[in-house]
Amino acid sequence: MSAVDTMISINGLTKDFGSFRAVDNISFDVKRGEVLGFLGPNGAGKSTTMKMVTGYLPISDGKASVCGFDVVADPLESKTKIGYLPEGAPLYGDMTTTGFLNFIAEIRGLSGDVKKKKVDYAIDKLQLLQVMNQPIDTLSKGFKRRVGFAQAILHDPDVLILDEPTDGLDPNQKHQVRELITEMAAEKAIVISTHILEEVEAVCTRAVIISAGKIVFDDTPAKLKKRSKSGSLDDVFRELTLVN
Amino acid sequence: MNNCWVIIKRELGAYFSTPLAYVFIIIFLALSGALTFFMGAFFERGQADLNSFFSFHPWLYLFLIPAISMRLWAEERKTGTVELLLTLPISTWVIVIGKFIAAWIFIAIALGLTFPLWITVNYLGSPDNGVIFASYIGSLVMAGGYLAIGSCLSAVTKNQVIAFILTAVVCFLFLMSGVELVQSFFQGWAPAFVLEALSSMSFLTHFNTIVRGVIDTRDVVFFGSIIGVFLYVNASVIDLTRGS
Repeated sequence: MSAVDTMISINGLTKDFGSFRAVDNISFDVKRGEVLGFLGPNGAGKSTTMKMVTGYLPISDGKASVCGFDVVADPLESKTKIGYLPEGAPLYGDMTTTGFLNFIAEIRGLSGDVKKKKVDYAIDKLQLLQVMNQPIDTLSKGFKRRVGFAQAILHDPDVLILDEPTDGLDPNQKHQVRELITEMAAEKAIVISTHILEEVEAVCTRAVIISAGKIVFDDTPAKLKKRSKSGSLDDVFRELTLVN
Repeated sequence: MNNCWVIIKRELGAYFSTPLAYVFIIIFLALSGALTFFMGAFFERGQADLNSFFSFHPWLYLFLIPAISMRLWAEERKTGTVELLLTLPISTWVIVIGKFIAAWIFIAIALGLTFPLWITVNYLGSPDNGVIFASYIGSLVMAGGYLAIGSCLSAVTKNQVIAFILTAVVCFLFLMSGVELVQSFFQGWAPAFVLEALSSMSFLTHFNTIVRGVIDTRDVVFFGSIIGVFLYVNASVIDLTRGS
């Protein structure tokens, strides 16, 4: 693959909170067409890494770039390339679903017919039609998560960064979201953080496991499974993340 | 500055989609009316001016403006939407200014709704409408000063109550710094320039000259600088408290 196809490039990324090193010298690239499952126990540094790549948290050391734009030197350019679903899918509860999506679309520089088309597309894709005009505060957890997802894919970004996208969804909704991810996978680079291991098998083409801020595994889900004597992902996950 | 306008629109929408706007406007109108007629002795004074109305504004703003400004950033930090906002392709200072202007417009609306008083005083006598107009401008500019302090302090904390109290206290200090009470505390031991600097920082002194009908550039520059400095600090605080 050519260099152009490397959508996310992370090099020696490090994050210190005071004397605590949350992310320790992480490096990996994500190419177009890849769905990278970012795994690790709680507190391993998954969200922190994502927050640095999306430009929310300052980087302590190392570099990250998205579509060739350094996230520190060209924050606005890199942010236009990313669709991001933060952990817990924070949303403006006072707005209606449509109002909120329109707001995001406008900040993303869309207007007129294009805006309407994209918002309608996102509403349709995530089946939000029935809650279109409802204030977000009144929605169920599953709907909120989907509004957050809709917000992330609205501008058809090259890079999708999803922090626990299926958390709080019922099995059917999980299935839908996974289908959507698979559908979009071909033309995007997608990073999903999760601790649901079946999800990695279902949608990811690659699994990266981090533990205590360090990468302990980086290969395909199939290879991950092979490493386990019992053939269970849970076992190998425990083995990899409990050792240190 | 399309993005700034998008933020202003959303923020104004947020005021009016919750009871906040209506509660605030009603209380503002009721209190300013009550103070003018009862404490300000509007009728008994027998003078065709609005001094008894404007002279209470510094005190009214002291607790009503923190009530508006406390939510500006503290709420975003509490609900996590600040992460969403700061990972959108929009600069921090554009958001700071957008939020500030929206709140300012909202206060202008509340202030504008006191127009029946202006009509009343014109019906009862023949006031100097130039002075009244200058007083309205002065009141609005002073409100901007309070608001900038409030916006800045709202970014310091996730807790709206703390933001409210901090803002009220800091505004109180700015308000009182020219008054005997504070001045006499420094008199005798502090050098003269400290006393002068303190009294020149007083909101009350600057507001009083405007209310007399004199829009002095110095007063406008004073409030303008207060707004500028606090909004600058506001943006820095947001960058420093990311992720905490």
